Amino acid sequence: MNLVGVGAIYRFEMMRTFRTLAQSVVSPVLSTALYFVVFGSAIGGHMPKIDGVTYGAFIVPGLMMLTLLTQSIANASFAIYFPRFTGTIYEVLSAPISPLEIIAGYVGAAATKTVVLGLIILATAALFVPLEVRHPVWMLAFLVLMAITFSLFGFIIGIWADNFEKLQVIPLLVVAPLTFLGGTFYSIDMLPDAWRIVTLFNPVVYLVSGFRWSFFGTSDVGIAVSVGMTLAFLAAGLVIVAWMFRTGYRLKN
Amino acid sequence: MIPLPSAPSASPADADAVLTVRRLSKVYASGHKALDDVSLEIRRGEIFALLGPNGAGKTTLISIVCGLVNPTSGEVRVGGHDIAADYRAARSLIGLVPQELTTDAFETVWNAVSFTRGLFGKRRNPAYIEKLLRDLALWNKKDARIMTLSGGMKRRLLIAKALSHEPKVLFLDEPSAGVDVELRRDMWRMVRQLRRDGVTIILTTHYLEEAEEMADRVGVIDKGRLVVIEEKAKLMRRLGQKQLSIVVAAPLRALPAGLAPLGVTLSEDGRTLSLTYASGADAPQAGPTIAALLARLAQEGVAVSDVSTRESSLEDIFVNLVGGAA
Repeated sequence: MNLVGVGAIYRFEMMRTFRTLAQSVVSPVLSTALYFVVFGSAIGGHMPKIDGVTYGAFIVPGLMMLTLLTQSIANASFAIYFPRFTGTIYEVLSAPISPLEIIAGYVGAAATKTVVLGLIILATAALFVPLEVRHPVWMLAFLVLMAITFSLFGFIIGIWADNFEKLQVIPLLVVAPLTFLGGTFYSIDMLPDAWRIVTLFNPVVYLVSGFRWSFFGTSDVGIAVSVGMTLAFLAAGLVIVAWMFRTGYRLKN
Repeated sequence: MIPLPSAPSASPADADAVLTVRRLSKVYASGHKALDDVSLEIRRGEIFALLGPNGAGKTTLISIVCGLVNPTSGEVRVGGHDIAADYRAARSLIGLVPQELTTDAFETVWNAVSFTRGLFGKRRNPAYIEKLLRDLALWNKKDARIMTLSGGMKRRLLIAKALSHEPKVLFLDEPSAGVDVELRRDMWRMVRQLRRDGVTIILTTHYLEEAEEMADRVGVIDKGRLVVIEEKAKLMRRLGQKQLSIVVAAPLRALPAGLAPLGVTLSEDGRTLSLTYASGADAPQAGPTIAALLARLAQEGVAVSDVSTRESSLEDIFVNLVGGAA
């Protein structure tokens, strides 16, 4: 196993983050803080409690998830797309490093950034709203697992995309709407029955619900279903990326 | 036009071969056949020049060996290791300098070279990287961002990256592209030094002088097929030609009688008589023909003002081999 190679990719990607600190960290933290100010403090003050939790606190897991999903995808997709775009990918592909090790380097770095970002947002949220985390170990487990899963998803998008527009299409037109409609700002129990059933087809519902359970001990769907869905996402991502490396899809032709 | 030699067949496995390619073919998804049943062996420690016109398949061949392109069929071994089944061992022996100046513009020289070394599984070795950068005249640029380097410096950086993990086989894909004369000479010196250090060099080039200057052996690839592979000196002896030019004092209206059967031609302005003949050691002796030509000119009373000969270069041979497609 080429652990030195994995470390080289990981360090290279982390250094890129430090070079672009404003874009990588400050910008998502600022926009999330604005959400808290508007929805948590301003509007949230006039909202009733949901499952015994103030509205400001209720949206914290959803907002963390929104950032987690979008940033994981953005970080990992750019990390692999940019060397493809500039041509420097030849180095990685000609090195004695396995596909799994390449993924460990790129996805590991992207997931690390997102986990750190998530924790910064959590700390930021604590400044605006009273917050408790009932199952901190589960919260961290969900955070790490979803950061890895969606970084892997971003890695796939970065290989699939053949221009900068495509790099943005899935995060903006698919992931963001699904996240907004996946119970980020509300409990799906608040929806009319028909819409509630439709919402259950949105996979993000299960992720937000599980993550929210780790905070407040209440959820829209069972915790086992949430964990199962997250693992199913991860497995699907691994299958797709394995196929990409086996066939050389958009990498070796 | 020199008659094409027969395509080389796969020779028996050479124990000293560092790279073995057997019956390699590549058909791209578009249907383009980039390589057609190519077989060749590169010996340890030699400088091998792979020549061919644009689109002949040179870069595809290198890309397959380095793991950048999947072959359609065939087998490639580097240092005895199969590039698919034993890719780690095979790739760790290879350094690649690509044709394009592909660099990470925002990274520093030092970090970029260190990154490549790490990718190949080698532990940090600042002393080696420093020596490499000094040898390539990049030491004073080690902290500079790559975007600030000139084209020549970027080319040297790519060489530094390719050598950062101390490879045994170095591929140079068009190393002289966009490089000035001085840097080209420096690179040739460096390549020879690498060979003395035991590194096998495989280069593709359009710049035939480069191959003529450095290569021990030459392979010519055209339309995906390897049309010739031979020792450079032997190839030049076998396919080389000489041209005798005789400038006459007064223009001739027509070729003097008896010279046409000797193969002599007259230039349009009537001032130059030319005779082209094979120059190799195995070629028929041209002496009697030249003597007959000079005797005939004397008989006709043609005054000669100058005589010169010119030996064909590797470029002339190459153009003849690929039908002027280069």
